[in-house]
Amino acid sequence: MSAPILSTRGLSRAFHGLQAVSNVDFDLPPNEVRALIGPNGAGKTTFVSMLIGRIPPTGGRIAFDGADVTDLPAHARVARGMAYTFQITSVFSRLSVHENVALAARRRLGGDAAAVDGAVTQALARVGLGDRADDAAEDLSYGHQRLLEIAMGLAQKPRLMILDEPTQGLAESEIAAFKVLIRELAAETTILLIEHNMAVVMELADRITVLNFGEVLAEGTPAEIHANADVQAAYLGTGGADA
Amino acid sequence: MSRALILHLGLLAVLLAGNVLLPAYHHGNMARIMVLAVYAMGYNIAFGYTGLLSLGHAMFFAAGMYGMGLAIRLADAGALPAMLTGLAAGAGLSLVVGLLALRTAGVSFMIVTLMFSQACYLAILYFGEWTRGDEGFVIQAVDRTLFGIDLSDPGNRYIAAWLLFSAVLLLTLRLVRRPAGRVFVAIRENEERARLLGYDTFRAKLSALVISGTISAAGGAAYGLLFGYAGASFAGVQYSIFPLLWVLLGGAGTVVGPLLGTLFMFYLIDLSSGFTEAYMLIAGLVLIGLTLFAPQGIAGELRRRLWKGLP
Amino acid sequence: MDFGPYLMLAMLEGAVMAAVLALTASGLSLVFGVMRVVNVAHGEFYMLGAVVAWFVAQHVGGGPAIGFVAALILAPLLVGGLAALADMTILKRIDYDPERTIVATIGLLYVIQQVALMTYGPNAQPVEPPFNQRIALPWLEWGDGGLAIYFPWGLSTTSYKLFVIIAAVAVILAVWLLMSRSKAGLIMRATQLDGEMATAFGIPVERVYAAVFGIGAGLAALAGVLIVPIQQAHYLMGGDALLLSFIVVIIGGLGSLPGTIVAAVLIGMSDGIISVFFSPTLAKIIATLLVALVLVFRPQGLFGARAR
Repeated sequence: MSAPILSTRGLSRAFHGLQAVSNVDFDLPPNEVRALIGPNGAGKTTFVSMLIGRIPPTGGRIAFDGADVTDLPAHARVARGMAYTFQITSVFSRLSVHENVALAARRRLGGDAAAVDGAVTQALARVGLGDRADDAAEDLSYGHQRLLEIAMGLAQKPRLMILDEPTQGLAESEIAAFKVLIRELAAETTILLIEHNMAVVMELADRITVLNFGEVLAEGTPAEIHANADVQAAYLGTGGADA
Repeated sequence: MSRALILHLGLLAVLLAGNVLLPAYHHGNMARIMVLAVYAMGYNIAFGYTGLLSLGHAMFFAAGMYGMGLAIRLADAGALPAMLTGLAAGAGLSLVVGLLALRTAGVSFMIVTLMFSQACYLAILYFGEWTRGDEGFVIQAVDRTLFGIDLSDPGNRYIAAWLLFSAVLLLTLRLVRRPAGRVFVAIRENEERARLLGYDTFRAKLSALVISGTISAAGGAAYGLLFGYAGASFAGVQYSIFPLLWVLLGGAGTVVGPLLGTLFMFYLIDLSSGFTEAYMLIAGLVLIGLTLFAPQGIAGELRRRLWKGLP
Repeated sequence: MDFGPYLMLAMLEGAVMAAVLALTASGLSLVFGVMRVVNVAHGEFYMLGAVVAWFVAQHVGGGPAIGFVAALILAPLLVGGLAALADMTILKRIDYDPERTIVATIGLLYVIQQVALMTYGPNAQPVEPPFNQRIALPWLEWGDGGLAIYFPWGLSTTSYKLFVIIAAVAVILAVWLLMSRSKAGLIMRATQLDGEMATAFGIPVERVYAAVFGIGAGLAALAGVLIVPIQQAHYLMGGDALLLSFIVVIIGGLGSLPGTIVAAVLIGMSDGIISVFFSPTLAKIIATLLVALVLVFRPQGLFGARAR
């Protein structure tokens, strides 16, 4: 196994004395598609928020690409090659679709307008929004706004892409297209996926990490996780029917 | 040349033609409006483009005016070094205020800027020995020559105001189409998203505020130099409200908005002060009307109805 | 006068100031607490209270006492009604957006102030206090014969000033009881916690907001009525009142009523004391800078607990 692109040691976060994430050791090798699952309130969003730097940890360290980034602000981590898409859609709603993606590309490409335009066109084409470039982001449907978020992630050419519940609110056909897109991306980058939709997880993930009560409950291939008794008890519930 | 550039150059040409076409009274007004519009354009960088609603920009305007005025009055400086002193004062003050005030946001930011500005106003009164407090001081015509040109002459004054206005207008136009200006807009629209695209939003906001404060100071310094007077009232709360009013009226986040708003409001107050001393009543009614009916302002409505690409 | 009696005099003046300030600021704090908006026109409601008191005193016969009592009732009602009307016609329509509310209330500030200028005029006008006995105050001194009580010349207050302090305390107690013990207070607190939830439970949030805005303005107007026999009414008197109320509300922690009261006493007393010994301008510079720095470094106020 090559050196992990992202790793945490003893990562913890408490809110008002309540331990949302405790002592998580986590390693993500490059070019893997990793899914992070767990019941509601298991601390998934808190965990990735600490990874990207939206909230500071109360304990532990985070390393990205071999360097300790625990004390870096969010924008500096993004500049080093992390990208994050929000669970609740967060785009520049009054700006055009093109400008949304251009803002994502421009940080990397600077004032080179032609290169930015190229990156924007390419990213929009990949998510299938090529014909909506001039519309205001707020005029897109909810599903299309989620795709726009992913396009913004693509335009950053990140080495680690953190997707927080990307398929939430997508139609079945859109989910199918999303799966194709992630498989393509897996060749270029590392993906950390928080996902509720088990079908998506089982199909896309190389490996799965299960969080429960803020701790790592299990980690393994989809088949291993599917067979894991602890996971079934904690997460898949009594019947496991919705898995 | 882009359509936007042609439009704005056309506007500048019309304003320049005003120097020979306008009757004396309106000629004088227009020179004043162009200088005040420089202040409004400075305010627009912070408020209109970056979403930083400051209620204390009078301190930057006054920093320019007093930096310039005191350099002449106390250090007997020439007009050019005095202007530069004014600009430096505005830049320095906005840097310090920004470093502190930008730790807050929204309503707190409004109140913090209001308070800092009030402290500056009171400081001008307190150091009355040098500033002559409320009464202010006159800048003698003899001190108002730049490169041998007498700025107290109405024609020269108009051209000087026009040059400064044009420079700031073109600078704004360039800034908002550059990546840095786009980041300002991104911060206005969704700061958290901009941060998570890898932009250092604190630094961007600080640069926006310093650019804004320095342009406002240029307006203040030019106002003092061209019209020969510096007074504490220019540092008062009212002069912090004015640019907000002008920019809201003209259209926040548009390049021409500040001029339109300043022009419109100037004449509205000019006309109403003809029949009542309570002319600020008009300003109050316009502010309420704007928030209720036209939060986009004149240029904002033009952009919405006629041309989406208006910068 | 010796330093001791002098200080006591300053503190008495400060207490009157603090009482009026506490009333004005608690109105601002109430509005911010429940509605989460900053009312920049608050000082103008204070000014209106004073101006209405003058009008009432001019037009109600039967001596200063009757006129004053009439003003005490009429001014808060009129001003509160006006504020509720402004809430329903302006603030409601911009959906209480925090920043647009500030812009709109700046507009309201100028409208009220300038209408006062047009009707009431630019001059300061006095209102006669309903009663105004001079009360000499005693002072203790170590003399030749041990501790002695004497009445230093100049150390005195008036019955009216004592009345202002008592009235302010009574009104603030009443507001506190209203907020913490009554059903109306419960409704307001529910609205404060979660407007949408309150709507879902059938609380008429819009009417609550109008009422709160009206009560907030009414408190400022009441303070205006109380101060006018001491200070005279002037159309620009709202500016300082607003600034000081801001200072008090921020130092006390935005929206916290007890914090506001403590801060009002602190600021009122210190303003009285500082301005006796220092230049008032310097005192104001220090106070405004202090407020700005409190907001920057301790946004929860000097007395508030840290939120997280």
